[in-house]
Amino acid sequence: MAPLIPEIISPEYNYLIALIVGLGFGFALEQAGFSSTRKLVGLFYGYDFTVLKVFFTAGVTAMIGVVTLSHLEMLNTEIIFVNPTFLPSAITGGIIMGAGFIIGGFCPGTSAAAAAIGKLDGWAFIGGATIGIFAFGEFYPLLEDFYLAGNQGPLLFYNVLGIERITFALILMAVAIFAFVATGMIEDKVNKKPVHILSGNWKNKTIAAAIPLAVVLILMITPSRKEFTMEKLEARAASGECKPDLIDADKLAFEIMNNYYQYNVIDVRSAEEYKAFHIATAINIPLDDLHSTAYRKLLNQRIQTNVFYGASPAQAKKACLIARYHGNETSLALNVTAEDFKNTFYGEISIPENPTKSQQTIALFRRRAAEKMKEIEKNLASREKPVQQKVTRVQGGCS
Amino acid sequence: MDQKNKFMNPYLAGVLLGFVLLATIYITGRGLGASGAMKSVAVTTVRAAAPDHYESTAYYQDYAADHPDGPMKSWLVFEMLGVLVGAFLSGALSGRLGLKLEKGPGVTNTTRIIGAIIGGILFGFGSQLGRGCTSGSALSGMAVMSFGGIITMLAIFGGAYAFAWFFRKLWITR
Repeated sequence: MAPLIPEIISPEYNYLIALIVGLGFGFALEQAGFSSTRKLVGLFYGYDFTVLKVFFTAGVTAMIGVVTLSHLEMLNTEIIFVNPTFLPSAITGGIIMGAGFIIGGFCPGTSAAAAAIGKLDGWAFIGGATIGIFAFGEFYPLLEDFYLAGNQGPLLFYNVLGIERITFALILMAVAIFAFVATGMIEDKVNKKPVHILSGNWKNKTIAAAIPLAVVLILMITPSRKEFTMEKLEARAASGECKPDLIDADKLAFEIMNNYYQYNVIDVRSAEEYKAFHIATAINIPLDDLHSTAYRKLLNQRIQTNVFYGASPAQAKKACLIARYHGNETSLALNVTAEDFKNTFYGEISIPENPTKSQQTIALFRRRAAEKMKEIEKNLASREKPVQQKVTRVQGGCS
Repeated sequence: MDQKNKFMNPYLAGVLLGFVLLATIYITGRGLGASGAMKSVAVTTVRAAAPDHYESTAYYQDYAADHPDGPMKSWLVFEMLGVLVGAFLSGALSGRLGLKLEKGPGVTNTTRIIGAIIGGILFGFGSQLGRGCTSGSALSGMAVMSFGGIITMLAIFGGAYAFAWFFRKLWITR
């Protein structure tokens, strides 16, 4: 699953890739007319909305692409770089940049495109921008508090609005299409041409707008690949075709006592529940995190068999199915809940009057198992805890 | 302007740019940027011109810690080299190369250059405060639906509109 760096493509190629995507970026900027300062500022005086058209089209195209790839589970959006939100500095910085835009007639990317084809004002802008960045560095001690104020981390717009990601994509696309039509009319008016709602080839424009709309609508009505796979797995499990193998409490205790190193006991409840009680040797991976690529290796260890347990047998089975989906065929699910396991071994173990031989054996075994498991857990407490870190986000932005 | 010099259809150029950005995110997990490369240049200059100051300033030392191989060995520097080459190729293909100065009617060359430098200073300063410029924050931020990125975008364009009237003489005669 993408991003391809560092898992699939070695980070050593990152600079080469930077050069190549830069080529495409520069080519697209120049072809769009962003090397022309009068075209750029046309946006702000209403005579030329090229910038808005290119910019919004590019943003929406990339956004729909990201959503589509994530829907197909080809891109892990959990780890791609999301610009962190610091509202005070973002707004103030933005307004200062706006002033720079109207006075200088460029933004940094477009000034480079202009400079490349020989525009002297492009070079002047680059020089100015470098001075401005230097000035920020020099004044940083004074600005630091303001710069770091209001940190909200990698906040996503649709989370702020409390809507689904795909709904936000649809809204943003609608805004873009509306803006294209409206600015087309403004452009006609400012340039003293007859105003048309859709000037130029309206058929092509309608088709161009319909394609991304169709993509978003398809994404809205189809389940994501993850949902689809889980549904299928559950359907198969329900029909009894792909039953996760179960293990009962006594058997698990026995295995922990004698061969704990052959088992990878995984608690899929929340971290708090895990902290309150967990089976000896168990590690904690909450069910929602189990899909994360960080745990792929851990789940697929050849010498160890995974044993999942949760707050309900269904939870354990689900975890087992997820592991199976990611390629682990030998996973087991505990057939009782964590609570039941606790009561079985650490609760009151009573021997009825006139016990049968087997009742007596079981009770004795459980008492012994409880002690032994406590001992094992104590001895293992200082061991190195298995992978608990998550895959870190890619660093990016303009630093 | 003959046919050869015409710019690409803006929507087509937008889709092209969008796919470049998408490919960047798909391959590297990060978006595009521009001002960061200028930051590398600024930091390099400080290091060369005032090494003592460079060593003693926390801001540059933080930057050095993030770029252990030197300030120029940064992803965005390589990307911007690509931008220069890509834009040059595009200009060459469309016959737009040549030393030129583009300005509004009735603006002298000196005014235009001073305007570009002052605008650059403001943009450079603002891009540091806002953690990215139109490319790194606004465009790439929109692609990944970053709240901060889209807010920065609105502030940039809103700011430019707000100031447009005051600087109209630079661009239009009215």
